[in-house]
Amino acid sequence: MSVEVTERAEPKPEPEETPLIRIRGLRKLFPITRGILFQKRVGNVHAVDGVDLDIYKGETLGLVGETGCGKSTLARVIMRLYEPTEGSIEFEGRDITHSTGRELRDFRREMQMIFQDPFASLNPRKTVGAIIGTPFRLHNVVPRNKIKSEVQNVMELVGLNPEHYNRYPHEFSGGQRQRIGVARSLALKPKVIVCDEPVSALDVSIQAQVLNLLEDLQEELGLTYLFIAHDLSVVKHVSDRVAVMYLGKIVEMATGQTLYRNPKHPYTGALLSAVPIPDPDLAASKRRIILEGDVPSPIDPPSGCRFHPRCPNAQFPRCSEEDPPLEPHHPGQVAACHFPLEDRAIIEAEPAGSR
Amino acid sequence: MAEPLLEVKDLKVHFPTDDGIVKAVDGISFTVQPGETLGVVGESGSGKSVGFLTVMGLITRQQAQIEGEILFQGQDLVTMPGDEMRTVRGEKISMIFQDPMTSLHPYYKVGDQIAEAVRTHQKVSKREAHEQAVEMLRRVGIPRPDDRADQYPHEFSGGMRQRAMIAMALSLNPDLLIADEPTTALDVTVQAQILDLLDRLKEEFNAAVIIITHDLGVVAEHCDHIQVMYAGKIVEAGDRRDIYYNAHHPYTWGLLRSIPRLDEAAVDKERLVPIQGLPPSLIFVPQGCAFNPRCPHVFERCRTEVPELLPADGHHASRCHLSLADKERIFHEEVMART
Repeated sequence: MSVEVTERAEPKPEPEETPLIRIRGLRKLFPITRGILFQKRVGNVHAVDGVDLDIYKGETLGLVGETGCGKSTLARVIMRLYEPTEGSIEFEGRDITHSTGRELRDFRREMQMIFQDPFASLNPRKTVGAIIGTPFRLHNVVPRNKIKSEVQNVMELVGLNPEHYNRYPHEFSGGQRQRIGVARSLALKPKVIVCDEPVSALDVSIQAQVLNLLEDLQEELGLTYLFIAHDLSVVKHVSDRVAVMYLGKIVEMATGQTLYRNPKHPYTGALLSAVPIPDPDLAASKRRIILEGDVPSPIDPPSGCRFHPRCPNAQFPRCSEEDPPLEPHHPGQVAACHFPLEDRAIIEAEPAGSR
Repeated sequence: MAEPLLEVKDLKVHFPTDDGIVKAVDGISFTVQPGETLGVVGESGSGKSVGFLTVMGLITRQQAQIEGEILFQGQDLVTMPGDEMRTVRGEKISMIFQDPMTSLHPYYKVGDQIAEAVRTHQKVSKREAHEQAVEMLRRVGIPRPDDRADQYPHEFSGGMRQRAMIAMALSLNPDLLIADEPTTALDVTVQAQILDLLDRLKEEFNAAVIIITHDLGVVAEHCDHIQVMYAGKIVEAGDRRDIYYNAHHPYTWGLLRSIPRLDEAAVDKERLVPIQGLPPSLIFVPQGCAFNPRCPHVFERCRTEVPELLPADGHHASRCHLSLADKERIFHEEVMART
């Protein structure tokens, strides 16, 4: 079992440092309309509903939550692939919430994305060289005759054979395709990479290869990652800090280790207890918090704390009336809950007896 | 020991193709006792799904070259004629699949689809079948089953659909339930609900369950016995304690070391240890031990001689040439040291 674990003191970045990305009050509503000619707005999907987030240079910020909690929408709004409804996004101190044209292009060069499905995110009719070379052509950062050698450099960086320049995506396995996706995102030497479930479509043994690659690249190139996944064990492994999202809001944020040892929000506790552990004894000793039902519809989110209909600790009427703000707990930990969990790990490490 | 519910003897399923013979399943033998839960672990392309589709009679001799025996309650399913097989399938053995979205028919009401399964096998009126369907939906924990039975699959969430699939699979009270990656498409919270449900229903219906998965975490909590498959063969089989605390095959070690663990000490970020290389093509399986090109402990004998699953009658067996002392030493030094 693990030796004495010293609490990792603080989240890596110091608070006075200016964040690379600073998000305040971000909301994204998708209108629901009725009628064909005169489209009447009858409601909104509250995909992202008031998110404040700071991402510091060189860190990996993990974002977890169930399907439909708005984590992918948040990433796409930050990338400016969706227009935000409200709030502001700052990148290196510049407000890019409503940038257009040249400014937006320059910003996109700094921030790139890796997608979940390595089969759907690569054009099957283009060669690997053309796929990875497209960013160079679009942004005119490298003279045309140098593109090939640049592409081959990037291919080598992510562990692809540069001689495979003229091959097509179908000639590669899932793991190698994900490397192509990584190479494409690295082409313009961005500062931030948004990884949207980059390993959930891969087999476990291949998953480890890609996760190690992402770690190496971060060290080598000083990258900042926003890492989105629904698998808490993967997120905890790669992230410095982890944000837990539920129905468009961040409900808890802390370092991976603090979150694992002292979750405050009952939803975080439930997520932790649901993760299967490849260790029968440890799995048998964990506290179970089984959530009933599914995530409610974001069209008409519950009043007060959005988690109250599924929460095992909910106390009425406070939880159904008052929306809890994010409050600090342990150093670097914030959670939005009126009745937070006591200091106790969900998965108690038993002393090594039977081994 | 009582007579096994299912006994598979040296099953081979080979598909002839233009490029050569795909040896999807290449000689697997195992038994399932009544009421036990067996976990089958392997990566995509290890032959785990094909093997159990054959047990279900969904891959037949028209599509593949099938050798060996599949004895279910003493009857050989491989040689059983189609119409007899049809009564076994559904009534005695049933299966749930990975993707509940594509395995329910989008045009029919969920209740009707379950009732159809009942009416195919039992002489009951439409009304009775419908009542049975509602009752099954209630037993798998779907709220308001009366209303839900009259809804279409698209009105169900992912977890609900999987519950409906389980309701359908259990509606005829089968003796064996095969779950092929039942939770892979679901969120962790829903996954936990579904696995708990399977455990509970197993008791209630007194059925044996086979869970096919690529996730060693899922089988750790819910399975009595586990077998690990690689390139169409079982490379290690044993009790769950054998697999997690005393694994004997380098591939199992690789799987255990390559998953990020929630309980890892994160003082320094530990690097994962991936398995090098890729799973082999099932047409050109490597000479000798199929795992030898990716194995860090490979030696001369591995490249020429196919290892047997030893000990043959023992509970915990593995297919590897390393000596038992070496296996135990390497496992404790390299794999257990991580946790």
